[in-house]
Amino acid sequence: MEAADALAPAAKRSAGRRLADLFHGRPRLQVGTLLAGPLGWLVIGYIGSLAVLLIAAFWSVDSLSGEVNRALTSANFDTLTSDSVYREVAQRTILIAAAVTLTDALLAFPIAFFMAKIAKPRTRGLLVVAVLMPLWSFYVVKVYAWQTMLSSGGIVNWALDPLGLSGPGYGTTAVWLVESYLWLPYMILPIYAGLERIPDSLLSASEDLGAGPGTTFRRVILPIAFPAVVAGSIFTFSLTLGDFIAPSLVSPDTQFIGNVVYDNITTNLPLASAFATVPIAVMVVYLMIARRLGAFEHL
Amino acid sequence: MLRLGVAITLAFIYVPLLVVAIYAFNGGNSIEWPLPSLTTHWFSVAIQDHGAQQALLTSLKVGAAATAIALVLGTLASIAVGRHRFFGRETVSFVIILPIALPGIVTGIALSDTFTQVWGISLSLFTVIIGHATFCIVVVYNNVVARLRRVSGSLEEASADLGAHTWQTFRFVTLPSMQTALVAGALLAFALSFDEIIVTLFTIGAGQETLSIWIYNNLFRTTQPAIVNVVAVLAVLISILPVYLANRLTREEGGAGGRGAGGGTEARAETAAMP
Repeated sequence: MEAADALAPAAKRSAGRRLADLFHGRPRLQVGTLLAGPLGWLVIGYIGSLAVLLIAAFWSVDSLSGEVNRALTSANFDTLTSDSVYREVAQRTILIAAAVTLTDALLAFPIAFFMAKIAKPRTRGLLVVAVLMPLWSFYVVKVYAWQTMLSSGGIVNWALDPLGLSGPGYGTTAVWLVESYLWLPYMILPIYAGLERIPDSLLSASEDLGAGPGTTFRRVILPIAFPAVVAGSIFTFSLTLGDFIAPSLVSPDTQFIGNVVYDNITTNLPLASAFATVPIAVMVVYLMIARRLGAFEHL
Repeated sequence: MLRLGVAITLAFIYVPLLVVAIYAFNGGNSIEWPLPSLTTHWFSVAIQDHGAQQALLTSLKVGAAATAIALVLGTLASIAVGRHRFFGRETVSFVIILPIALPGIVTGIALSDTFTQVWGISLSLFTVIIGHATFCIVVVYNNVVARLRRVSGSLEEASADLGAHTWQTFRFVTLPSMQTALVAGALLAFALSFDEIIVTLFTIGAGQETLSIWIYNNLFRTTQPAIVNVVAVLAVLISILPVYLANRLTREEGGAGGRGAGGGTEARAETAAMP
């Protein structure tokens, strides 16, 4: 009350106060005002840009002048469907994204479970920081580290040599490793938060009813944590799907969707836009499934 | 078994970072392992590098501007979704998540198409800031929505019942309850912007460099490879402070608010809200 009196002396009804009265008891007006800025930005700025991208996919480039011709044509999509190279690139990228997602889920689950259910508060705090930390070091540098490590005279070959083995070198395997590395924290954090929501009593109950650790994991933990895994997978999958820097550094001879889009942006913007609709379509389907599985509450 | 899994994952995360740090002291000119000799020479070179200094300044500017925009827009949206029921509420959260759920390359090319082909504005730091703000909104939004979910709306109702008007309720009830969530969200948004490179490459003007792009460009200048590692090491060292702060802020809130275990859970949910 003190604060209220200090701010708005009854004698002086400021414009702000009158505006406040206007909002009072009008929830629709409140929601509308609150959302005008953010939705205006995102719908006009972002969704609008996506719409432009979709339209630009139907433009073409004049082969002589290199100018963008805005007459609508499906030529880009004809090229993308008839030339098998594009299909292979798309398939390879989607497969890698799926492999990375699976790898990250497998790597993330044990540590997330340990953090959520076993570690003492102190250890848990340290582990959270340990998992967050890599997000603060440069993405480019992490890719560069792997480029160094996987080079022929690099640390991976040096470590494997005494065992009579050698590392994967540059190529698709390297892309799988690097992408799994880059996006792992994005998988650990949602799973950790999801597991933390499971009450300990539920696990004890399962044990009391005679379930072994394996059964408890399969029938209790996994079903509850699954939406969180799906939430994490949105990031691992999407981030791999669009990456072109890691592939260009550790797999210079193989192309991924991102490389093709980036390489065409200056010479053939319409074709680049057309190929960029592939990850959009894939992600829209992915997001719709993820939403059904309840992943959005775990984002 | 479980501990083995934890150890493998931690090793996987930290070995490459360790390699980055060791290579910062590379005395040779190649990336051969083991290193022929060690030197601290590159640290003084990196600190005095004019290009790196400029790029750092650019990154700070872009990060600050994008974070400021994201803070305002993210907070407004989170109050709407967290405190009101309305038709299309789920669609709103979908639209906010979209810029981070779609690959950076899609966001990059869509914005670049629109800026150059529709608005006819040339690419600059301004366009980078717009791009960054777009995907930073979700970080602030997630943090604040998570907080609003924990703090009961009845406090705001009580405030209104006691005669406070809309602004007063916001200023003295809503805002204090989400203060730390705002700080944590801002830090994460800034970090996201600072590290971003893909959207940046598509929206930045010719000749301009953020620190990420400076590093990227310098990877290919092989005469001084270790300088990149030095910049990376310095960036990680500097980032320890905000990581620590963000973690502490969200945790302290749990204790100070007297919400005990519940507050603790909230802190972790917010840490995890980083996409």
